[in-house]
Amino acid sequence: MTGTLNLIGAGLIVIGGGIGLGQIGGKAMEGIARQPEAAGKIQTAMIIIGALLEGLAFGALILGK
Amino acid sequence: MMVAKKPIKLLTALVLTFFSIASYATNDGHGEENKDPHKGELVDTPDEIKEYITHHLKDSHDFHLYTNNKTGKHYGFALPVIVWTSKGLKTFMSSAFHHDDEGHTIVEKDDVSLVKLHSKIYELDNGATSVSFDEHHHPTNAHKVLDFSITKSVFGMLLAGLLMLLGFGALAKGYKKGNTIPKGVGRVLEPLVIYVRDDIARPNIGEKKYRKFMGFLLTVFFFIWILNLLGLTPLGFNVTGQIAVTVCLALFTAIIYLFSGSKDFWAHTLWMPGVPVILRPILAVIELVGFVLIKPFSLLVRLFANMTAGHFVVMSLIALMILLKKKFGVVGSTGMSLVLALFISVIEILVAFLQAFIFTMLSSLFIGMAVEEHEEHH
Amino acid sequence: MEALLNDFSVGLFFMQAIILVILILLMRKFAWKPILNALDERESGIEDALKSAENAKKEMENLQANNAKLLQEARTERETMLKEAREIKNKMIEDAKAEAQEEANKLVAQAQATIESEKKAAVADLKSQVANLSIEIAEKVVREELSNKDKQVKLVESMLGEATLN
Repeated sequence: MTGTLNLIGAGLIVIGGGIGLGQIGGKAMEGIARQPEAAGKIQTAMIIIGALLEGLAFGALILGK
Repeated sequence: MMVAKKPIKLLTALVLTFFSIASYATNDGHGEENKDPHKGELVDTPDEIKEYITHHLKDSHDFHLYTNNKTGKHYGFALPVIVWTSKGLKTFMSSAFHHDDEGHTIVEKDDVSLVKLHSKIYELDNGATSVSFDEHHHPTNAHKVLDFSITKSVFGMLLAGLLMLLGFGALAKGYKKGNTIPKGVGRVLEPLVIYVRDDIARPNIGEKKYRKFMGFLLTVFFFIWILNLLGLTPLGFNVTGQIAVTVCLALFTAIIYLFSGSKDFWAHTLWMPGVPVILRPILAVIELVGFVLIKPFSLLVRLFANMTAGHFVVMSLIALMILLKKKFGVVGSTGMSLVLALFISVIEILVAFLQAFIFTMLSSLFIGMAVEEHEEHH
Repeated sequence: MEALLNDFSVGLFFMQAIILVILILLMRKFAWKPILNALDERESGIEDALKSAENAKKEMENLQANNAKLLQEARTERETMLKEAREIKNKMIEDAKAEAQEEANKLVAQAQATIESEKKAAVADLKSQVANLSIEIAEKVVREELSNKDKQVKLVESMLGEATLN
């Protein structure tokens, strides 16, 4: 039974992370489309924020495991 | 001299590549069907595959390349085991365990009995002649020893270090000779060094102070990247997927930014100006926990989880070959797993770079936060 | 979490730390320092070259500007010189004209003065001659008719009347 709960928790984490990553990626794309000359900076910022989010999600996954 | 040296290098590279491909074909192509090293049976049920993958993700004490199905013979080479036991330092070759990973083979060294269990070396308690387990499969009459062995991961690190020393040493030597434009491998390496300097260190740490940290950042970047890429070769390294390795890397970053923190950094961390006095201790605790625990933890977990997940996915997709054989036939399942594994492998090449980049980027970001001198703005 | 902690190998951690420290030190000494120094050197070299090129360009521009300035100056100088020359020429002509006029006037005045004095002299001469003549005549007349009073008066009157004519 605990295994199932763990899986549900992991699923929730992945859903949350996915929503977050989607937001980051989408907004970054919008930003790039609006200002193509700032694409490099936006990309770097996007990757950093993505990485922070990823760290959070992975931390939750590992702590929950 | 130089003319003679180059072909030799090329030859070495080619031999290594062929060797890799050959072992890939045998180890991963039919690898899942190989005899399990310790059971002597074919790996073909989901449970066995899971165990095989878990085993691969762990560090190992010998360099196993290939097992012949029919004869049950293992190909590869043994690595030295160096352990600190209750009776002092003991060294021997890992071949003494005869590829046993279940704790059956007991190595007697002087008056110490050692067994290998799930890639960990245990010392039997006094008087015990064999390992006994509790219901969770934890040994009851043996304890772990300090294991300084040259394991597969250590071997991989040494290899990566050697590659780095050779590659960048050659680049540095080229500059010393007076040619300002690098030749050969240096042409690839130089832009990477410039990339780390100009796109990672400089914007995050600042023009004045970045130079001091370049040694660490460059070393870590290339170390992680090379190890990630080594993990993609069929040699089966999983160095950056070892939690101890990523803990060590993250700890280095933490030590560096904590010890190079400027006065302003500590002032802002411990006694944040511009907030009500009551809130300041709370903020100090939050900031301290953030810098001492959370930031290094997120660094180490990210790298570890990404690399482990990557290996897990690639190996699972290769395992589809066996699992789907009944449904789709040999050709169908092989083709499917080949296409999927190829696809994920390409992504993994990107991830290998991305993780090295992110680790270095975040390290330099944290260092930049720590060394930053604030202008008086209140 | 528990599995991870169980998986954490203290020995591997130490090995990694030792390898990393040694690697960082070695790489710093043998690779990063020379590489970064060489890169810096090259970059500063390129920057210097660019700067000197820029300087040369500026100098060239300055030179060109100078040349243009000189040309302009020469042109204006020539123009002023021409203008001056023209002015001088005009002045000389004018002066010559004025001088000639003056000379002519002087000559004319002189001639007139001469004529006047000659005339005066001539008139004076004439007058004296007339006076002499009249005196001679008067003498003759006086000698002739000094006895006759009436005739004397008459004569004087007529002579006086004649004399006013002149």
